[in-house]
Amino acid sequence: MAKTRLSNPYAERALFARRAFVAIILVLLMSGALGAQLVNLQVFSHAHYMTLADGNRMRLEPVPPTRGLIYDRNGILLAGNQPSFTLEIIPEQVSDIDATLAALAEYVDIREQDLVRFHHQLRRQRRFEPVPVRFQLSEEDASRFAVHRHAFPGVELRATLTRHYPYGEVAAHAIGYVGAISEADLADVDAAAYSGTTHFGKTGVESAHEPTLHGTVGFRQVETNAQGRLLRVVDYSPPVAGDNLYLTLDARIQQAADLALGENAGSIVAIDPRNGDLLALVSKPGFNPNLFVDGIDVATYRSLERDARRPLFNRALRGRYPPGSTVKPFLGLAAILYRTELSRRSIWCEGFFRLPGGERRYRDWKRDGHGRTDLHRAVAESCDVYFYELALELGIDRMHEFMTAAGFGAPTGVDLDGELAGLMPSTEWKRRTMNQSWFPGETLIVGIGQGYMLSTPVQLAHSTAIVAGRGYAYRPRVVGWVQSGGGGKPLAQAPVAKTPLVPERIADWRTIVDAMVAVIHGPSASARAIAPRSGFRIAGKTGTAQVYSLAQDVDERIDPESIPLHLRDHALFVAFAPVEQPEIAVAVVVEHGGGGAATAAPVARQVIDAWLAGRAQ
Amino acid sequence: MIERGARVLRFLHLDGPLLAGLLLIALTGLFALYSASGEHMGTVVRQAVRIGIAFGAMLVVAQLSPRLLHNSAPWLYAIGLILLIVVLFAGDVGKGAQRWLDLGVIRFQPSEIMKLAVPMAVAWLCFAQPLPVKFGRALVAGVMITVTALLIARQPDLGTALLVAAAGFFALFLAGLRWRIIIALGALLTALTPVLWHFMHDYQRQRVRMFLDPEKDPLGAGYHIIQSKIAIGSGGLFGKGWLNGTQSQLEFLPERSTDFIFAVFAEEFGLFGVLVLIAAYLFVVGRGLWIATNAQDSFGRLLAGSLALTFFVYVFVNAGMVSGILPVVGVPLPLFSYGGTAMVTLLAGFGMLMSIHTHRKLISY
Repeated sequence: MAKTRLSNPYAERALFARRAFVAIILVLLMSGALGAQLVNLQVFSHAHYMTLADGNRMRLEPVPPTRGLIYDRNGILLAGNQPSFTLEIIPEQVSDIDATLAALAEYVDIREQDLVRFHHQLRRQRRFEPVPVRFQLSEEDASRFAVHRHAFPGVELRATLTRHYPYGEVAAHAIGYVGAISEADLADVDAAAYSGTTHFGKTGVESAHEPTLHGTVGFRQVETNAQGRLLRVVDYSPPVAGDNLYLTLDARIQQAADLALGENAGSIVAIDPRNGDLLALVSKPGFNPNLFVDGIDVATYRSLERDARRPLFNRALRGRYPPGSTVKPFLGLAAILYRTELSRRSIWCEGFFRLPGGERRYRDWKRDGHGRTDLHRAVAESCDVYFYELALELGIDRMHEFMTAAGFGAPTGVDLDGELAGLMPSTEWKRRTMNQSWFPGETLIVGIGQGYMLSTPVQLAHSTAIVAGRGYAYRPRVVGWVQSGGGGKPLAQAPVAKTPLVPERIADWRTIVDAMVAVIHGPSASARAIAPRSGFRIAGKTGTAQVYSLAQDVDERIDPESIPLHLRDHALFVAFAPVEQPEIAVAVVVEHGGGGAATAAPVARQVIDAWLAGRAQ
Repeated sequence: MIERGARVLRFLHLDGPLLAGLLLIALTGLFALYSASGEHMGTVVRQAVRIGIAFGAMLVVAQLSPRLLHNSAPWLYAIGLILLIVVLFAGDVGKGAQRWLDLGVIRFQPSEIMKLAVPMAVAWLCFAQPLPVKFGRALVAGVMITVTALLIARQPDLGTALLVAAAGFFALFLAGLRWRIIIALGALLTALTPVLWHFMHDYQRQRVRMFLDPEKDPLGAGYHIIQSKIAIGSGGLFGKGWLNGTQSQLEFLPERSTDFIFAVFAEEFGLFGVLVLIAAYLFVVGRGLWIATNAQDSFGRLLAGSLALTFFVYVFVNAGMVSGILPVVGVPLPLFSYGGTAMVTLLAGFGMLMSIHTHRKLISY
């Protein structure tokens, strides 16, 4: 190469060597920094980044458990899981979702609310996850779609389990129903235990025994890629199915009771006094619980909710009625227990009662009076005047004390949700709630189960069962046996005894029980129409709860048929049988049924017959 | 046998150790690419063909005499500069940047020419006078470097601009640029940082912000660097094994065949594998500097030294970005990352090194 300059090659070489040396030092320093960072990442922070890497690819997916089944005491299915078909769309496999939905509508009934829910869910899910279009496809729809399936890539039928209630309306209020867990419900449930579960119990047994029925959620650990698509299952812990419940309810009695009430609104509760088993729990009118399982449509729900007959209202647990004359046997027991003077003598009933020094006449239902009346006759013929005097003698606070012990004015503690307490007033109660003192006239009308006093059907049945058990009390219950989700023998649940009601004084019971027997079997029995001709005897008491208060002073009796239906009295009847060894205690309320003996007593008889006939077999 | 091999290499004007180092890295890169591409053989074959073409380019350049390289330096630079200006007005847009020039037959990036033309031109400038380089010459070289770098940064291609500027600067540095000037340059650059920030594109600013705090936006802009650090860190000492990297195989790692292939390698082969790879790169850099030191004249020394150091900057900027000690700059890992153009330029540069080394004995004065 031609040199056009003067230079010292040795000096230039030395200069380059010096600069190259500096460069090498820099290169090594930078490499050292890089190496240090790599050591930091791969050695010191290795565990941290390993965890992050696993967290990236591993996902825990819940596998929901199968819900426990509900049977009656004889093993008849009351709530089951039915295979059903869900129509799903996998968004990433469908090019035009709206067009696909429109085309699907030709074969499958897709409702407005389905579309709303679909589009809502579509926005929140990942593209490869199926979005349900329609739950519980009818068989015709499912098969119609199956034929045209080839025309719908990315649309699939998935088999799922749906809750089904074969008895429908008959046991709706007792068993309740499950419904989809809403956003609002999520606050009430343990999110971890319910991950993957779509439905839970909303009312009745389904709700009260939710933890037993639900089971334990399973998990599978899956490896996914960055888009979240499942690659393989790494680990699997299967779910544990919920426990099966065998109820104390008897489907046959439940059905008989439902039938006996007919088209009437009202309630029937039957209890086995020996252990508190609920044999029937009916509230009418009912509703079809199957409507609620996969989302009832708004119009149907509105019509149920606005129905004047209130089909969604559980009268058995929440209906609060004046108990009327059904309280008389209990007050009679109180009089005997407190050894009041009246309990040992008779009075002369002339058809009305006047407070000492008072002007107002408190009328007996029998205008001409019952004549000479003792405790037995007073209960048997339901003499009001006798119980006005008896109430006056006991005083409201002693009445309150005894009646509370007999179950009045308090919830029974039945293993169902939403039970309301009745009301057993006292002077203390009136001062507390109304800030008023108690008047003697108020004591009188509590003596015939009117005034402030309120009872629920389940409480009336429970109190009647206490009398039937001669004081021995059990907490009413609806679950009798629990069978593990894994199978095996159903385990009997021990009955829960309550504090007994003076059981040692058997003579006291005989007086009142004999009087109650006389209500049905006596010579002038009001309910003699229901007396069995042979076999066993029934003890009972009729009652009438006033809906519309007729003036006590009006002399002319009004023809009951002339009163509009919704103002007619509620008919009540409580009974137990057989008298000597009671196996069933029943409370019947027929709303606007008029007289207890005419309307409610025959209903109770049919329920008792159904139970005793079944037991005989 | 060895004798014959050495004879063949000498005949082809190739340097044995340098060639061995480059081949070793390229071959390892193919294995990493096979894994990063999700075991896609087509990708590997295509890359292998590119490597073949690039080594072919190296072989061709190695035949050119250093004298030819010296004489063509100003012309190559001038052509490059003109093309850069043309591309600024008439270039094709690819991936949001105006880098490509469509010549009908082939599309190429003029900035690639500058990776070689700038160090050649600077070496040519410095070589014209006795070293150390005088201030006037250095100033001319500085203007050339700055203008070129700014033109490339405008495209925008910050990574290449950086590499071109570095290549020019290394030639000046090796030419004995006064320390006073180097320190003053450093100070000036620091002072200009806010101005630079002002001229940056939004996505470039975003990358700097993300580098400073990647956790701020873990699913957005910071995602790349976080996933990359997870990949490297979870690799540990010995790695998860070839084809077993979960971060790369399950597609959590973005750009895994191109800019982030270093993380794939680090995840599957661990610290041990990565250190061996870095050692291989350092061997190539070292051999390059050794060739430079033994070059027969200053032009060869400066050009060879500059190319060897620029190669290191490539590796350092990429590995530093992927492991989180530098901001994300689009610089591929040489001989590893999937892609052709840059590799051809790179190996053409190594062809120059080989030319400088193997033509020594033919020139004497």
